[in-house]
Amino acid sequence: MSGSKKIWAGLGILAILGSLAFLIAGGLKENVVYFLTPSELLARGPEVVDQPLRLGGQVKPGSLQWDAEAMDLRFIVQDSLQEVQVRSTGAPPAMFQEGAGVIMEGHYRDDGTFESTNVMVKHSNEYEAPHDGQKSPEEMYESLVKPGDE
Amino acid sequence: MIVTSKSGLANVIGIAALALFLVGSFVGLFVVPADGMQGDIQRLMYVHVPAAWLAFLSFFVVFLMSVLYLIQRDLRWDRVAQSSAEIGVVFTVLTLALGSMWGKPTWGVWWTWDPRLTTTAIMLAIYVGYLAIRSFADDPDKRARWAAIVGIIGFANVPIVYLSVIWWRTLHQPPSSPRSVSPEILWTLMFNLAAFSVIYVYLMMRRIRLAKLEGELEQRMAYHG
Repeated sequence: MSGSKKIWAGLGILAILGSLAFLIAGGLKENVVYFLTPSELLARGPEVVDQPLRLGGQVKPGSLQWDAEAMDLRFIVQDSLQEVQVRSTGAPPAMFQEGAGVIMEGHYRDDGTFESTNVMVKHSNEYEAPHDGQKSPEEMYESLVKPGDE
Repeated sequence: MIVTSKSGLANVIGIAALALFLVGSFVGLFVVPADGMQGDIQRLMYVHVPAAWLAFLSFFVVFLMSVLYLIQRDLRWDRVAQSSAEIGVVFTVLTLALGSMWGKPTWGVWWTWDPRLTTTAIMLAIYVGYLAIRSFADDPDKRARWAAIVGIIGFANVPIVYLSVIWWRTLHQPPSSPRSVSPEILWTLMFNLAAFSVIYVYLMMRRIRLAKLEGELEQRMAYHG
């Protein structure tokens, strides 16, 4: 067996063992938590302050404030029990809207707000053609990010 | 058309696969209306989902052929497993690339380490590893034996990829069902799933033939050198 083949084999075995170890170390089912809900975040309280984490929930309808000049985005994210004020800078992704499921990356600060560096928008597994009068995704987004166009 | 040989049959299947793919793509791009929430970007579904289906199918075939090889020790099964693993890797890469293109405009990110994306990346690593391991044994039987073991153990991750969106919190949405998709979108997706399945059959026929020729060449080289 040649040297380069040995290296390839070693890399192959490493890749497989590493992958499986990652899965097992991840605790498979129980310990994989991609994001915290507002309830979980508030229950953890001080221990997660200033820790990098992901927070996920629904954008509370009516809570959205977007300042296009300052690129400043504020909204409340909620689950069925709790809500958390979120601050973010930069334009939100195109599918962002009130009532949408969102996941933010950032830090929970000791003033009780979540400072987001990255907003991601979930979409559902439902797909259907637009019904009469439904705004196109572009129109939805324009109405969201344009200042004073409520 | 008179089909006189296996190669002739492969040609017929290849033409059929191409025709189905073109029709499916045309319907998906121009005929069926796009999802009202997402707009045209949702049309990526007609290639992203079939690509993921082929990846799952390919690795299931690797698993089955690995079991068969270990029982019967017939190198034919090893060649089928190898061929299927290569095709599965291609379609896993395609699934990730198309998913990434879909994710950027809808989620807002190309990539995130959510459980669905992470387990899919692990799946890719496992089968790239499977192919790498094959290149390391010079003896065909030894190579087939090692590959079969990896092909069986590595498959454990495949159902986890599918179930990840059900078990865990993810950015990726859970699987769609006939109830969550309107009929015209559903049928277009089904058509494209069928078209991709025929593409798989075609690629397998060609790759298995190639693997057989490679095996014969390897044998001759061993005799003479």
